[in-house]
Amino acid sequence: MPSRAPHDAPGRRTPGSARVRLDRVKVVKILIWIACLAPLGIVVGKIIGIIDFGPHPVQEVLHSMGKTGLNLLLITLAITPLRKITKQNWLIRLRRLLGLFAFFYVVLHLLAYAALDLRFDFATLGTDIAERPYITIGTLAILLLIPLAVTSTRGWQRRLGRNWTRLHKLVYVSAVLGVIHFWWQVKADIREPLLYALILGALLGFRAADAWRRRRRRTSVAAAAAASR
Amino acid sequence: MGWVDKRIKPSEITPEEVFVRRREIVKSAVALGLIPGLASESFAAVLPAEGDRLENVSRWPGSLDEEPNSFEDVSTFNNFYEFGTRKEDPSRYAHRMKTDPWSVKVTGECSKPGTYTLEDILKPHALEERVYRFRCVEAWSMIVPWVGFPLGDLLKRFEPTSNAKYVQFFSLADPQQMPGIRYPVLKWPYREGLRMDEAMHPLTLLTVGMYGRVLPNQNGAPLRLIVPWKYGFKSIKSIVRIHFTETQPETSWNMAAPHEYGFYSNVNPNVDHPRWSQATERRIGGSGLSALLSPRQPTLMFNGYAEEVASLYTGLDLRKYY
Repeated sequence: MPSRAPHDAPGRRTPGSARVRLDRVKVVKILIWIACLAPLGIVVGKIIGIIDFGPHPVQEVLHSMGKTGLNLLLITLAITPLRKITKQNWLIRLRRLLGLFAFFYVVLHLLAYAALDLRFDFATLGTDIAERPYITIGTLAILLLIPLAVTSTRGWQRRLGRNWTRLHKLVYVSAVLGVIHFWWQVKADIREPLLYALILGALLGFRAADAWRRRRRRTSVAAAAAASR
Repeated sequence: MGWVDKRIKPSEITPEEVFVRRREIVKSAVALGLIPGLASESFAAVLPAEGDRLENVSRWPGSLDEEPNSFEDVSTFNNFYEFGTRKEDPSRYAHRMKTDPWSVKVTGECSKPGTYTLEDILKPHALEERVYRFRCVEAWSMIVPWVGFPLGDLLKRFEPTSNAKYVQFFSLADPQQMPGIRYPVLKWPYREGLRMDEAMHPLTLLTVGMYGRVLPNQNGAPLRLIVPWKYGFKSIKSIVRIHFTETQPETSWNMAAPHEYGFYSNVNPNVDHPRWSQATERRIGGSGLSALLSPRQPTLMFNGYAEEVASLYTGLDLRKYY
């Protein structure tokens, strides 16, 4: 008998802890669905008139979608550090769902901009993307996420092998562009985008430190092996 | 002009008696348990305290023939960074500001400097209601019925000397009353300035009220400027000092980002903000789906006051002096 059951075997009856862990993932995923749909629900509630809009409804929708997208992108990027620090490996199984919700919201954000603010005035959309740096990089941040969303399935993961991990490193670029996009819209009070930048910096810094630590461990192991020879 | 806002259906306009009595209506609805009651501070943010009704206000013949925004829009969507940088912060915290007693210090190039009480300042002037367009540099706009009198009429009383080429204004900056002052988002106290001929222009309004009532604190009580052909941040709020000067004075937004906010800051659809377009604007207000589906509208040169003010700037390169 193997001491640890594989995570992705919902049909197999395994004793004790593995089954409990399996259920926990399911429960957490349901909670993620609810939490991630809430911002959209609020906007829908405002549109149908259950909740009051403020004086600037278009901006409210735009900001809500964009902010939620960026928040979810950072939460997605927090999964790996959290998993490594807490040694709770099951957390990795939440990552795709969170990432896809982040993608969902940034796409809604762009659609809301094109549909509500510009009313499909593609000429203006074109000039905005070409000439307004914050819109240029915001659009780029979303475009970079498209291949990641498309290849997020297990099939693509298998097909791409090691290249899948390489491709999905684009999410770092996208997140950096997303935070800059936020920063460049602020008139004077940079406190909020600064907070986002610091959090993103910490998340990327953790990865850099982790990679450096692993490389050093590898070389010291190799050196020790060479010395003992 | 006769422009009618087609986005507002007659059925959407609140009948005046309901509008006037709305606080009672809300209160009775709360009492009956129809809608939940809230703690007083957050309640104040929803329905801002209104000032007393102003007496003897005449109607200015040049007012816009457009439907004004709702009082709620104008009193809950504010930029008044001394109370915080979110639009809802001023209506939430401005009740902490004490506007009575109030005095204004007059300094610099004039024959009658000194400290004047609010009563001294207001006494000789007849109040007018003027419906103006209000255009924010953030590309949104409102229509507001302000109450005030021409700034020039006041400035003349201080007898500015021939050296007075500009006039500078300062807002109150009291960290005790204004929680936003703790952060150096802008250079406090907030300061603004006008060229003397701009200050003396008959459209420049020293404002004490809106919608027939004393200004709510979040809109700059008890005394603010309205310069309708310039971006909103030029219309400084809660003025405590007026300073006549020979050289172009410092202004807070220009100090914060000189390449983005010039001294003049005239509304100009042809000169973009370095980061966003100023060609169009979004009118604040409306409700739900109809507001979401309404288009942006073109921004007018000098915010629609070109006929009155363009002559102030003949020969001036408006792209250079933005």
